[in-house]
Amino acid sequence: MVVEQDAPEIVDIPINMGPQHPSTHGVFRMVLVVSGEQVLDVTPHIGYMHRGGEKLMETMDFRQGIGYADRTEYLAQFSAELAYCLAVERLMDIEVPERAQYIRVILTELNRLSSHFMFMGAFGIDSGLFGTSFTYAFREREYIQDVFEEVSGDRLMYAYFRVGGLAWEVTDNFVERVHEVLKSSAQGIQDLDDLLTRNEIFVARCQNIGAFTAQQAIANGLSGPLLRASGVPWDLRKDEPYSVYDRFKFEVPVGHYGDVYDRYLVRLEEMRQSIKIIEQALEQLPPEGPIVPEKMPRRLRTPPGEVYAKVEAPRGEWGVYLVSKGGDKPYRLKMRSPSFCNLSALREMTIGQYLADAVMILGSMDIVLCCVDR
Amino acid sequence: MTVLGAPLVNLNQHWLSTLLGIVALTLVMTFAVMFATYYERKVIARIQQRLGPMRTGPYGIMQAFADTFKLVAKEDLRPATADPVAFELAVFAIFIPAFLALIAIPYTQDWIVSPLPLSLLYLLAVSGLSFIGFLMAGWGSDSKYALLGGMRAAAQLISYEIPLILAAIGVVMITRTVDLSAIVVFQHKVPLIVWQPLGFLIFLTASIAELERQPFDIPTGESEVAGGVFIEYSGIRWSMFQLTSYVNMYVFSLLGALVFLGGWEWPFGRDVGWGYQLLLTLAKMSIFIVFYLWVRASLPRLRVDQLMSYAWKVLIPFALVQIFLNGLVLVYDLPDVALLITSGAGAAALVFFIYRSVRVKPRRPLEMVANGVAARSVV
Repeated sequence: MVVEQDAPEIVDIPINMGPQHPSTHGVFRMVLVVSGEQVLDVTPHIGYMHRGGEKLMETMDFRQGIGYADRTEYLAQFSAELAYCLAVERLMDIEVPERAQYIRVILTELNRLSSHFMFMGAFGIDSGLFGTSFTYAFREREYIQDVFEEVSGDRLMYAYFRVGGLAWEVTDNFVERVHEVLKSSAQGIQDLDDLLTRNEIFVARCQNIGAFTAQQAIANGLSGPLLRASGVPWDLRKDEPYSVYDRFKFEVPVGHYGDVYDRYLVRLEEMRQSIKIIEQALEQLPPEGPIVPEKMPRRLRTPPGEVYAKVEAPRGEWGVYLVSKGGDKPYRLKMRSPSFCNLSALREMTIGQYLADAVMILGSMDIVLCCVDR
Repeated sequence: MTVLGAPLVNLNQHWLSTLLGIVALTLVMTFAVMFATYYERKVIARIQQRLGPMRTGPYGIMQAFADTFKLVAKEDLRPATADPVAFELAVFAIFIPAFLALIAIPYTQDWIVSPLPLSLLYLLAVSGLSFIGFLMAGWGSDSKYALLGGMRAAAQLISYEIPLILAAIGVVMITRTVDLSAIVVFQHKVPLIVWQPLGFLIFLTASIAELERQPFDIPTGESEVAGGVFIEYSGIRWSMFQLTSYVNMYVFSLLGALVFLGGWEWPFGRDVGWGYQLLLTLAKMSIFIVFYLWVRASLPRLRVDQLMSYAWKVLIPFALVQIFLNGLVLVYDLPDVALLITSGAGAAALVFFIYRSVRVKPRRPLEMVANGVAARSVV
């Protein structure tokens, strides 16, 4: 047998995707080892946005921390604020007034809508659509953000929740405005549904890639729509209700295949369920009432102790673990961000898929890099 | 030199008129491309509920000029490790074939730079040259993204060349000529789209792939390879690539208008004067252009393996079926309606096949869980 000495060596090339790549959703970097178009290995690199947020929050008192919670999760700010407030409230044993509870739920669910709209838009672009889904989704996001701005005075960093309730009363026409926005959002969801769900190319691109079984999903610590798409009906709003979520009737959509398409469908259905929740909350919302407890201390001081509060954020379980040694600042604060935990499954999902699928799988995780790196 | 008994180069024409025609075409095309970029941005903006360019001049009409001057004035950059020859010549290897194709196109009965007897063959041959330029750009840039893009472009252009040519062969079988002017004259009464709906569908799909536009923009896929072969190009070279891609869009739109929609001949005949003929050609051309833009704004991108299997497993077999059907009709001298019936059935089968292929297995819909975990035991 003659062995050719000069035969070119076939090598698998590593491709550096990010941190400036257009579809890594922020400053995320992954090194893909590809053989032709097939991905053999993935190494995610995170930390470009690390600001030591948890440490920073230890230097802030409990009121200032709310503002920082916004900055960790800039697409689902109210969920982050709610988790932080719940943790402090549990530690201080504060009962939040009904009206404040309902407004919190309305705003958090509206935030889930706007976050999922963001996912729909960006995911369309990941699949190669020339921005049409993005503009459709952003139109609705703008309407929702208008409401947030009217209520909180800011379009991005709301800092509207307070320990014990809300910062101030909502605007007089709040209920009508939310109804208006719900109407337009329902239309927006329908538009995106029409644009993407039954599009042959979109379906061909999404189905059977990045599939995870229920066992794999649980073993990787996934939560939120990714876990539910794999067939696990786990939703903290249902299973460990916080705030007033146990008073609403809604359903948890669950996928069967755990692939990218199911994640998309689960999110689409979740948006419809969110609208249901908000409508019920608006009905039950007490028209009058305090938004902070009567006997609220001027200075927030917690007794020593530790607490873990978790909420169902749009991306999964957002948890705040708080240790206090007394005083007005947390001794230790740890945030369990769903983006970070979900991202750990990227390698297992991507290996063996095509290069273009790697983008889709990453897009289907809907990560927020600020929330990954904190 | 002759091919198939026809002279390859038309020597009866004065060289000066050819030269003038070429200069005029190049100038007109440059402005036509500037208009196309503006028009594309406006159309897609409207589909996406935006306004598009509005600030440069009334309704942003000066946007294309602003873009052009900005691009031309930019520094000509070349990566230090790039292969200088391949990197710089790649632009021309793509640019020249696109403009070469223009000289054989009959815009009206008389408006043609070089009336070649084999113009359809020439056009398809010349437009097939550009993949070399993509390979050169991909290899010469010394970038992994560009290399991936170049390889994808080469595979895609070669694959989709075949159904495109096979669709054209179906037309040639019926018209019995490869002269574009003669093909247009053939459609005096009925445009060929009526006799060749399947061929038209195949041509339309393959032409989008040849143009590398959505949903076949895999070589330049913005969300995957971030520009692909163009990733290392900037300034004048990049704008020449863009210019070429728009010129190609005009070429394929004109080709479709002439071959399948009856060009300047149908429905008013050839006696209406060159003004109306030109308007008719341009109107039919714009149907294609609007279609390309509309598709761009509404479809996601195929994956590279799906793209290849679509060409080899769907389009090429169907194109061969079209040729076979045409052969049957022509050999047994069946009436013309037989062409419509067979090709129409083929087109319906193609559409149905594409529709079915995505939905091979009916998927279970989402399950709605009302009461949390208790409803279903997990794992």
